[in-house]
Amino acid sequence: MAIRTEPFVMNMGPVHPSTHGVYRMRLTLDGEVIIDIEPVVGYLHRGIEKLAEERTWTGVIPLTDRLDYISSMSNNLAYVLAVEKLAGIEVPERADYLRVIMAELQRISNHLVAVGSFFNDSGAYYTPFLQMYREREKIVDLFEMVCGQRLTYNYMRIGGVSQDVPDEFIPALYKLLDQLPSAIDTFDTFLKENEILLARAKGVGILPPDMAINSGVTGPVLRGSGVAWDLRKADPYSIYDRFEFDIPTGEAGDSYDRYRIRIEEMRQSLRILNQAVRQLPSGPVKADVPHLIRPPVGDAYAHIEAPKGELGFYVVSDNSISPYRCHIRPTSLLNLAALREMAIGWKIADLVLIFGSIDICLGEVDR
Amino acid sequence: MVINNPVIYAVNPQTLAADWPGGFWWHWVLFALVTIIVVILMVMGYIYIARRQIGRMQSRVGPNRTGPFGLLQPIADVLKVLLKESITPDAVDRPVYWLAPIVGLVPVFVVFAVMPFTDGGMLANLNVGILYVVAISSISTIGMFMAGWGSSNKYSLISAMRVVAAVVSYEFPVLLSIASILLLSGSLSLNDIVLAQDIPFILLQPLSFIIFFIAGLAEISRAPFDLLEADQEIVAGFHIEYSGIKFALFYLVEYGEAFLLSCLITTIFLAGWRGPILPEWLWFILKSLIVWFVMVWLWATMPRVRIDQLMALAWKFLLPLAIINLIVTAIQVLTLPQDSLWIMIPVNFAITAVLILFWSKKFFKLGWGRVEV
Amino acid sequence: MTVALSAKEVAAKLEQQLPSGIIESNEGSILVNSEFLPDIIAFLKTTPEFDFDYLNYITAVDYLDYFELVYQLTSMNHNHSLVIKTRCYGRENPSVPSIVDLFVAANPQEREIYDLMGIRFEGHPNLKRMFLWEGFEGHPQRKDYL
Repeated sequence: MAIRTEPFVMNMGPVHPSTHGVYRMRLTLDGEVIIDIEPVVGYLHRGIEKLAEERTWTGVIPLTDRLDYISSMSNNLAYVLAVEKLAGIEVPERADYLRVIMAELQRISNHLVAVGSFFNDSGAYYTPFLQMYREREKIVDLFEMVCGQRLTYNYMRIGGVSQDVPDEFIPALYKLLDQLPSAIDTFDTFLKENEILLARAKGVGILPPDMAINSGVTGPVLRGSGVAWDLRKADPYSIYDRFEFDIPTGEAGDSYDRYRIRIEEMRQSLRILNQAVRQLPSGPVKADVPHLIRPPVGDAYAHIEAPKGELGFYVVSDNSISPYRCHIRPTSLLNLAALREMAIGWKIADLVLIFGSIDICLGEVDR
Repeated sequence: MVINNPVIYAVNPQTLAADWPGGFWWHWVLFALVTIIVVILMVMGYIYIARRQIGRMQSRVGPNRTGPFGLLQPIADVLKVLLKESITPDAVDRPVYWLAPIVGLVPVFVVFAVMPFTDGGMLANLNVGILYVVAISSISTIGMFMAGWGSSNKYSLISAMRVVAAVVSYEFPVLLSIASILLLSGSLSLNDIVLAQDIPFILLQPLSFIIFFIAGLAEISRAPFDLLEADQEIVAGFHIEYSGIKFALFYLVEYGEAFLLSCLITTIFLAGWRGPILPEWLWFILKSLIVWFVMVWLWATMPRVRIDQLMALAWKFLLPLAIINLIVTAIQVLTLPQDSLWIMIPVNFAITAVLILFWSKKFFKLGWGRVEV
Repeated sequence: MTVALSAKEVAAKLEQQLPSGIIESNEGSILVNSEFLPDIIAFLKTTPEFDFDYLNYITAVDYLDYFELVYQLTSMNHNHSLVIKTRCYGRENPSVPSIVDLFVAANPQEREIYDLMGIRFEGHPNLKRMFLWEGFEGHPQRKDYL
């Protein structure tokens, strides 16, 4: 005689240690097995797109910092690329190199946070997390040297970057490039072959590649499913076509592959950094662009390979000092479009790990 | 020689209870208080050592401000928790909610009555010591289940279900691994088990030690099996809705059970209070600290398993190994002469290595656990 | 490099298939009639020559006389992209057919546009407010909101 069971609805609420922000999911559970997920977003909606219409073109840059607040440099870069495409502004070469250096350092810093949080969600009590944050401190120190900020940098400007790097930056960067490879190798060995992590993450949360492409998923999540699509190679922006690097892809599309890809991407970022810092030319860091810039009437879309995926800005101008419309392609919101497919049939513990392996930031979801 | 009378004899055989002014019951009250205070002090010491050790393992220092070397940190913790407001949600089932911490706490203290701190140094030298320990320590699970149910919170309900499932499953490997020890010691009394360990049982019964250690960790819900109160999934599990002194009692239960487990492992496997030069109670405490060190080490470095993996580990991995271990030990005890038991050491180590390697290859499948919806 | 396909050539090919769908096309984008939007996008997705399997983004711009919706499609195999625009008129109840059946990525983005701009998408399974709470009056991203 079968026991009568009934599913119940549990709320993995906006305030939860593992939802990486204020993200709410209404789970329909049969015991511990997830039957349905209904996400509820909007707890961090600040109306950034509407606010952007009130500010000058340069004044939107601090707003973009707060989108994906773990990787502010990339957000700035995407926005200024869109405006430069619209206004047809050429960026000096030194500024391009500095932008690439900052973007790749930001990618390493973001992946350290992402992998550390992934391990944290799997239960290893903050130990790998703190070790990774120790390395991230060094990168954040570099950023503080450059722009005085530790989290929201506001560094890029339309036409270049806001200021040149101080003299102690390049030696400090060389020192970091010496120390980071061995640190990343250490992190690599933390839990790579750990039986418990393999049992928790391998084969869990599989995303088929055609489902991934159709859902608009990009970034390490897409590459984990085997699709080798990286905007730095497919649609190079800035000066990425001058550097040699590989694109790591996974095979199975499970949480384990997504975590491995992030570790490999850190190594590839170090490769790009090594080439960029050696080729850094001298010269001006900002084109001669008026402060109250008025781009010509029209629209433009520019996208970059942000650490979490494809981040794009669609800007519309009507020749005034503020944007007419500034739309942000929400990387994390679209990465979450496939969460339901990935997590149904698994248990609550798996949902936490799958969610951690997607690596979202609520600032981008809600804007 | 200690007479196995469960009522009369206490710590020091030279001071019989009947000599005391006031008689037996004052003697008993005093040493019951001593036991409780020792347990609480050791628990606070354990908390301190855990925080410093985890700090060092995470490349940081750990608490070092409160008092010299942070030694007063556990006292600060206790004071903080006691001074917090005790918030009771409206919809709780009041009697169940209020009784749960007590039902969880009392068995932990009661079990220490039979723990041998020195030779015969226990409150009651029961001749069914081990049975008493296993039976009474399971009662605190009822306390956790009451907490999970009475909290009117779906997260604590899930945690309560996990607790019951895990503890019930892991009782079998615990009992069977202890059964192999009993074949060697011939008596259930904990003091006799220590007295029988001319060679510590961890060498004679390595597989039993491993099974008991893993099963014990799962029973007291410590890493890597702390999914019963996983912070990252079910937000502290059955003690979500507790604050103030009731939470302090649950905290005490958790570390008290950890102390209990390390004392049990010391007694059963590491030859308890036996050792040269130092006083016996010091050996006991040192050995239990070593076991605690290993437990904190595991806590700092391992991720946690999922509930179905936990159950599979109990039923499909530990239980068969425990049964095989029991049979092998029985054969060895029957065939080997009494004074050459050391032959068991290499044989048992070889059997342990072979069994664990082959059984784990057969047992582990990656990526399973998805249910078709 | 992702080649931005010349909208005029694509429009010429589309004219043969769906003659009344295209309104106009310039170098950057094709402007289509909103009724034929799902058919055009389905054609672009399934034809092997175009094979647009990835939807970059959907967005809406309020030009006071009309709302303009912008879609960008990319093909990962051929590495080319195309921008499609459509307009809907009227400020009371503008509505456009939904492409959720073709692209799952459209689901959250169309909800967002409904929430913030007030454009209804016919055929969307779950068209309710996403960022703002139920019962919020008005659509903040419109130019006449504040």
